[in-house]
Amino acid sequence: MIPELGHLALIFALILATAQAAMPLAGSLTGHRPWMTMARPLAYGQFVFVAIAFVALVEAFLTSDFSVLYVAQNSNSLLPGIYKVSAVWGGHEGSLLLWALMMAGWGAAVAAFSRNLPLPVVARVISVMGMVAIGFLLFMLLTSNPFERLFPVPPEGRDLNPLLQDFGLAIHPPMLYMGYVGFSVAFAFAIAALIGGKLDAAWARWSRPWTTVAWVFLTIGIALGSWWAYYELGWGGWWFWDPVENASLMPWLVGTALIHSLAVTEKRAAFKSWTVLLAISAFSLSLLGTFLVRSGVLTSVHAFATDPERGLFILIFLCIVIGGSLALYAWRAPEVSEGGRFDLLSRESALLLNNLLFVAFTVLVLFGTLAPLIYEAFNLGKISVGFPWFNKMFLALAPFLALLLGIGPATRWKSDQPWRLTKLLWLAFALSIGVLVLTSMSAVSGDDLWVPIGIALAAWLLFSHLTIVRDRLKHKQQGWRQAMVADFSGNGRSFYGMVVAHLGVAMFIVGVTMVSNHQIEKDLRMSPGDSHEMAGYRFEFLGAQKVNGPNYRADQGHFLVYRGERQIAELFPEKRSYLGGGMPMTEAAIDAGFFRDVYVSLGEAVGGGDWALRLYYKPYVRWIWLGAALMALGGAIAVSDRRYRTARARSTAPAGAVGAKA
Amino acid sequence: MSKSVRFLIPLIIFGALVILLVIGLGKDPSKVPSPLIGKHVPVFSLPELTDPSRSVSNEDLKGQISLVNVWASWCGSCRQEHQALMALSKETDFQVVGLNWKDAAQDALAVLRMTGNPYAMVGYDPDNKVGLHWGVYGAPETFVVDQAGIIRYKHIGPIDRKVWEETLQPLVAQLKAEGA
Amino acid sequence: MKARQKRLVLVGLALVGVAGATTLALSALQSNISYFFSPSQVMASEHPTDAVFRVGGLVVKDTLARQEDGLTVHFEVTDNAAVVPVSYTGILPDLFSEGQGVVAKGRIGDDGVFYAEEVLAKHDESYMPPEVADTLQTAHVDGIVEQTTGTEPPRSMTQ
Repeated sequence: MIPELGHLALIFALILATAQAAMPLAGSLTGHRPWMTMARPLAYGQFVFVAIAFVALVEAFLTSDFSVLYVAQNSNSLLPGIYKVSAVWGGHEGSLLLWALMMAGWGAAVAAFSRNLPLPVVARVISVMGMVAIGFLLFMLLTSNPFERLFPVPPEGRDLNPLLQDFGLAIHPPMLYMGYVGFSVAFAFAIAALIGGKLDAAWARWSRPWTTVAWVFLTIGIALGSWWAYYELGWGGWWFWDPVENASLMPWLVGTALIHSLAVTEKRAAFKSWTVLLAISAFSLSLLGTFLVRSGVLTSVHAFATDPERGLFILIFLCIVIGGSLALYAWRAPEVSEGGRFDLLSRESALLLNNLLFVAFTVLVLFGTLAPLIYEAFNLGKISVGFPWFNKMFLALAPFLALLLGIGPATRWKSDQPWRLTKLLWLAFALSIGVLVLTSMSAVSGDDLWVPIGIALAAWLLFSHLTIVRDRLKHKQQGWRQAMVADFSGNGRSFYGMVVAHLGVAMFIVGVTMVSNHQIEKDLRMSPGDSHEMAGYRFEFLGAQKVNGPNYRADQGHFLVYRGERQIAELFPEKRSYLGGGMPMTEAAIDAGFFRDVYVSLGEAVGGGDWALRLYYKPYVRWIWLGAALMALGGAIAVSDRRYRTARARSTAPAGAVGAKA
Repeated sequence: MSKSVRFLIPLIIFGALVILLVIGLGKDPSKVPSPLIGKHVPVFSLPELTDPSRSVSNEDLKGQISLVNVWASWCGSCRQEHQALMALSKETDFQVVGLNWKDAAQDALAVLRMTGNPYAMVGYDPDNKVGLHWGVYGAPETFVVDQAGIIRYKHIGPIDRKVWEETLQPLVAQLKAEGA
Repeated sequence: MKARQKRLVLVGLALVGVAGATTLALSALQSNISYFFSPSQVMASEHPTDAVFRVGGLVVKDTLARQEDGLTVHFEVTDNAAVVPVSYTGILPDLFSEGQGVVAKGRIGDDGVFYAEEVLAKHDESYMPPEVADTLQTAHVDGIVEQTTGTEPPRSMTQ
């Protein structure tokens, strides 16, 4: 009964979404106010019904209702409770439902937190979000109904893919989808602005915090995914340039360009049509990512069930949403004035360069991801693009980006003087050169030039941002500490958010540089009692024994790790065999540290109590995710800036008057 | 370049991308029709799952229309189509033959015991010996074999009402008419 | 500088950047893609001898053999038409098993053995890499399917 209720709730949600797409927009175009005011209640209603559907599915999982096909395929009565909940989004149908829930949630949030925006703008934004929601709800109801029943009822479910039975993966998809779907808000604001023909600084100010929040979620989501792949796939890598990963990276890259370009549009009313294009692209790439993952046109280690029929549906949906919005763009954007002139040396130019680099990298990632498809389409053979290619592309662009990142925030809007910048930054630059020289002479460098370059770039970011913060506080009367606190509680949060995020980039660079050049991994055969020395650590293998988990059996290895004579860790890597599907699974054991991870994963028993296994030493690997966490934190600080709150209060007065005629 | 043409570029790029994706979708291997269509059933002989003393061979597929259904106990979609197969097993125009693929006999038998056996006979192919020849690369798959033992159609994925009514039933009726 | 000149400089910079990136990307691509070949193609010597490529098919039953060192494994990969012997040193992926689809990346040695640097088996038991599926289908078309995994006598499939 409850699954049917869930199904019904989805149908209601679809009806409400249709009304949400049509009525407020029609109202805003005809100036019919009552229809515009329907936007908010409809958005809330749609959210409530999608939430009911979601709760119904959660309930089916918690009660192990295997009469629901999706539950039977993705759960098992032995599955631990928390994974019964996360199994809700462990497969295709449930992921979509989660996606729809978030879509509706963002819509409701816009309805709730845009009290002070002009009504026609709110009406159009919510209307566009309704249109996107229709697509997802239809997709679910027509091709991927999570509530489909299964007769006869199987006594036991097939179990959740063991790879997904993990805390990291329980929270990774929700974060990622929050990011993907969050870009729909920026997208909706852009489309609404194109429809209304009012592309101005106010538009940028409204969509900026939404975009940043979405970007924060996406950043966390991608970092969690990378962290999960690192410890769960048991291969010791943190990024594989796999199509699914690329699908999440592309919207992030464009989203990063977008939050920078929005800054220019807000402050200087420049780049307007470019910013709109980025807003459309960020969400379009989120949708494209979904298409690539769900349709099976590209394959990947993350193989969810793929289905060409679903692929066709998403492709048509893509054509309507992206094609439609780009057509609208081609039609309306030429009328947009390009305001705000600027000099070659200015904050605008720096941000433009930033945008170009990010977009260039996005295009390269897209190209690399689709290259197998391109080759096949032209019958050039079946190829795969190896990760060295992506690494090369990354290395070709990243240093420029990092160099620029040290200068950009120091530049002034509109026009700056070379000598002022030189005077400001020479010390930071000299110090970084010092770091470059020191590291290239020290043992840290190894044989690779990239190590000193990476470390020096990170140092450059650190020193230049310290300089920039000092420069900002220099003119304040109080001591630097009080000045900073006052600044922070005043209008400075978006500035400090930026600084924190950029320092996150520095940390990320150190992590990537060190782990790429100094990691050690070794495949070995070890007998119980054997020891192996690696990177100053001694791994002692005590043997393996059988253990039973709630829904798996495992061979568990027992290792002691010594540094010198001192035992620093005891590791228990497992080789699991899950009862539900019989899938084997490697569960690596990691001793995590701020400066290094040591990591053991079991391969196979090779007879006589011996095991083939792999040992890893991963210096600074945590810095990669900590860096990403800092970036996300920076975004969160920036969003809390008082400017957005006061801006909202200020825009209250003329709200009714502005848009009705548009 | 005129100003307004410039704004069309993103749309044009997207158009090219869509063409590429359509081609990609069309190349999906599960859409490739089986090259076995129009050919005789590969020669095979397998033990019968429920009665290993009997065997199932290509000879059993001659003389009447057969739906050869590839299934396994570990396959979720197979459970989904099980009920449809139970209904089809009552029809007399054709026989439903199972090919139990990459499975363990006791698991497969348990499924049949609990949910009913729709098959006139089930070939037991635990290590893909016969599946290989049939070009099976997933379960469930269903082959339609005519009276002369020639494979006429291969359906990939579970059989549901829609697939049956729109694709399989007309085909069976046509084969019936041809044979009569 | 006038607005127009400034614009030209920016556009010029962007064009140089795009051209540079494209050249870089395409030239790097040549050395970093790996082509896929079926065992039949390898048998027919269509594969490159100086570059890394991928070969895929099913792991032939009863051919998996672990060598003395405990880390090197030998096995054979087939598309039901031809067989390629593969040698790999390292930990095999979780889902590697005989009779299942696999893709190996590496190069062919003078001894005709494929020395794999990387072995991939995918994360779903009902899933097969599309190249492998394609390969099996193609082998059927050629009508040269031979028995490689079972005990039945070899037999041609086309009648």
